[in-house]
Parts: sequence; C-alpha cells; structure tokens
Amino acid sequence: MVAAIVSIMAIPALAGEAGAIDTGDTAWVLVCAALVMLMTPAVGLFYGGMVRKKNVLAILMQSFIILALISIQWVLFGYSLAFSPDTGYGFIGGLHWIGLNGVGAAPNPDYAATIPASVFMIFQAMFAIITPALITGAFADRMKFSTMMVFSVIWSTLVYDPVAHWVWGTGGWIRDLGALDFAGGTVVHITAGISAFVAAIIIGKRLEHGIDNMAPHNVPMSIIGGILLWFGWFGFNAGSALGANGLAANAFIVTNTAAGAGALTWTIVSWMHGGKPNALGIVTGAVAGLVAITPASGFVGPVSAILIGIGAGVICYFAMHIRTKKTQIDDSLDVMACHGVGGIWGAIATGIFASAAVNSAGVDGLIYGNAGLVLIQLKAIAAVLVYSIVMTVIILKVLDATMGLRVKDEHEVEGLDVSQHGEKAYV
Amino acid sequence: MKKIEAIIRPEKLSEIKAALATAGFIGLTIYDVKGRGRQKGIVLSYRTSEYRVDLLPKTKIELIVNDEDVEKVVDIICDLGKTGNMGDGKIFILPVEEVIRVRTHERGKDAI
Repeated sequence: MVAAIVSIMAIPALAGEAGAIDTGDTAWVLVCAALVMLMTPAVGLFYGGMVRKKNVLAILMQSFIILALISIQWVLFGYSLAFSPDTGYGFIGGLHWIGLNGVGAAPNPDYAATIPASVFMIFQAMFAIITPALITGAFADRMKFSTMMVFSVIWSTLVYDPVAHWVWGTGGWIRDLGALDFAGGTVVHITAGISAFVAAIIIGKRLEHGIDNMAPHNVPMSIIGGILLWFGWFGFNAGSALGANGLAANAFIVTNTAAGAGALTWTIVSWMHGGKPNALGIVTGAVAGLVAITPASGFVGPVSAILIGIGAGVICYFAMHIRTKKTQIDDSLDVMACHGVGGIWGAIATGIFASAAVNSAGVDGLIYGNAGLVLIQLKAIAAVLVYSIVMTVIILKVLDATMGLRVKDEHEVEGLDVSQHGEKAYV
Repeated sequence: MKKIEAIIRPEKLSEIKAALATAGFIGLTIYDVKGRGRQKGIVLSYRTSEYRVDLLPKTKIELIVNDEDVEKVVDIICDLGKTGNMGDGKIFILPVEEVIRVRTHERGKDAI
C-alpha cells in the first residue's frame, strides 16, 4: 500500500530524465511564477481599498480562497485540460496529465524546451489563479461566498481552461489560426473582463448603488495593490518568454514602458476631462497599460509600447466614464473597463504593432504591412468574447437557481465582513 | 454663568486652545463633530465617480465662563478662528443654571 502510494507520488519526478535543461531559464521561470503568485493577493488589495470598509475582508478573502482553490484545481485537472494533447477540434486538452501524471523534470518542447515541464506547469498555474480573482471586482459587496467558491472552480474549468487551450495549447484552434497572445491578454484579461461584466448584470446592482456614498475606503491600500501588480507583472510578461533571454528583457522593458504611458495618460486625460489628477486614477492607468501590453509584450518594441499604453489610458478611461455615467450596470470595480476593454485593445494593438524583428516566432502586424494579423486577432477576440459570455451566463443562471448568487439584503447592508465572515477589518 | 459652544475649523484648535489658556480659561471640552452650513461641502472624485460630502469635519469647543468673561472668550475664538471664508464656524452662548465641582462640592462661580 505504502509502496503503491510512493510509486504514484514518484511518477512526476521519474518522468523526466532526458532533455537539455537550462538552469538559468529554469531559475528565471520559477522566480517569475512566484512574482505572478503575488499578483492575486495584490488584486485583493487593489480591490479592497476601493470597497467600503464593511466589505474589505470579504474581497480580500475572495482572492485568497481563489488562490487556494485553483492551486488545487490546476494540479488535479486544470493543467491537463488546458495544456495536455488536444482531444480533437482544438477545443480542449485531455485528461492525460491529471494529478500532474507525467508532468515532471523533462521539458516539453511543445511549450518550453529548456525548462522542466513541471516549471512551465507551475508558472501557468499562477495565470489560472489570477483570472477568476480579477472577476471578483464585478460582484463586490453582494456575492455569496459559497457560491463564489463554486463559481470560480466551474468557471476556471469551463472557461479559462478551454480558452487557454485554444490560444496556447498544442492543437488549440486559435493558436493554429495564428493569433498572437504573448502573456494572456486574451486568455486572462478578455475572459475575466467580459465574464465580470456579465456577472455584474446577472447578479444586479448593489442595493445601495446610487444611494449610499460608495467612495473607496482606503486609497493607499489600492495603491499598494497596484504597486504589487506592476511588480508582479514583470513575472507575468517577461516570464512568458519562458527563458532568461533577450525576449524576456524586451517583454520586461515594454511592460514597464506601457505601464508608465498608461499611468501618465490616465492622469492627463482625467485631469483635462474631470478635474484633478488623482491617486486612484494613476494606479488604474498603470494597470490599464499593463493589461494592454500583456498580449503584445513579446512582439513589440518600446515605441509601440508607449503608443499601446497611451491608447489604454484613453480607451479604458472613457470606457469607465461611460459605464459610470451612461449605464446603471454595477460592475462595481470596473473589471470590464480595465481588463476587458484593455485586453481587447491590447489584442488589436498586437495585430497593429507586432514585429517579426522583435520575435522571430511572431509575425509582422499592420504597420509592417500585414493587415491580415489584425483580422486574425479580431476573430480570436470575437470567439473568446462570445464563448465567455455564453458560458458565464449558463454557469451563473444554474448557480442562481441552485445556490443563489446574492447574500440576504440585510446581510448586504450590514456588510459582508460581519455577515459572511464574522470579522471586522477595523475595530 | 454662560456656556460657550463654538464650532471651529479643526486646524484652528491648537491656536485657540493656547490663547484661551493664556487668558486664564483652562477648563474646556473638545469634540470632533461633523456638520454643514454655508460652506456646503466638497466633491471627492475617484476615477470616474464623484461623491459629494456635505458633512464636513469640525471641532466643537465647550466651556463655562462667568458672564463678564464671555466677550473675552468670543473675541479670542473669532480673532484666531477666522479665515474669512465660509466654514469658519459659529459660537452659541447659553445660560447655565448651576456648576458643581465634583471633588469639593463647591457651587457657582467657585466651581468654574
């Protein structure tokens, strides 16, 4: 019995003996996995500062439980569904690698030839984790904790894992289409943004929306979250080079550049449009720039990165302005305006600015004479939007009918910290 | 005996408190309060949402003085509390029936 357990546990380690592992690449990607891990609680802090003080623990708790849940889901079957060999039609991977069976020290050249497959797996785990955490901003202050847990696991399994397979998996149909997504603009930000928007509509607005003062309770907390996101994003984008090399350096540089351009642009636009340059705005602008550069970071140079960041600052600002001023949709912390719209802009911008000179594995985009890439990018965006909308509607409708999505009205008014978690953030 | 209730700008408190002490008015009680008046309020803007805050933080000073000292205290508060803008505050003067010092049971003027 013991021997059997030991032999099962030993499978991943035994699986890889051969292969040309580069220790520098391996070390880099492991460090990047840790950097990306930091981003999920950072999302919690970024969002936590923006809610009222009666709901801050609830939203921090949501990011944290998703970190725990998807860490397990990914090794059990999520990684296999996303990255194991295609089961046909380019839609989803198989169950070959459940429990990380066969995912060991040997590299998988389909994804990364110079690092252990297990390193690629844990790096990818962090992307799977942060994506549902991004969604929590849409239904802040009113979502039932138990339903949120179930939603996150089902959504990750039925939306994230397939889309990751389409775009990145061997045999994935969007990958075969030739669409470019270096670090997850489509896989992470578009899926999360649009699903968040759908969730905000289905769950309905907060009871006190438009009545109570919904001002952020702790802007410095959001700034700390934003700083950690910017920092972690180096792992997200530069790590996606899957090696310690020039491509990683390029991704690092354009990431930093676009974040700066996004922050600066948001500040200027909001200053000219609304009144004063404010701190929550500059952090949001940086995040918008980071989102937009994500799919492009391995394919564009620094000047393109500035333009992508500027575009993100302008487009995401006005998307948010329209959401707050022209609609009653309570996407409470503007996940769609930041991640959805920023992700769509980034995917299109990748089609515009991509340069084969930056990355020989990439192709030229519109400004280098290849308008076709923009069309391919648009196809990928449309498919992911439609699929995410349909699946999120179905998942939430089923959960609404079975578990219920919202907490009781009196619990919402009391605040989720006390009513759901029995705690107060500040005494 | 009169009770003076003065609503002032919080940032004026230390100056006024010091001047009252110099003039011999040691005992007082301070409250942090919120209120509104002609100053209206301020608009806070977070990203693309604005929130009007029409209850602004103020400080309330309460002290009990003899009738003849009322004007001295009023002058100190007005001189030092004034900025000339709306929101400088207000002073209310109320009659006080009796003052008793808990430690000694003294009453009236002796207790002030």
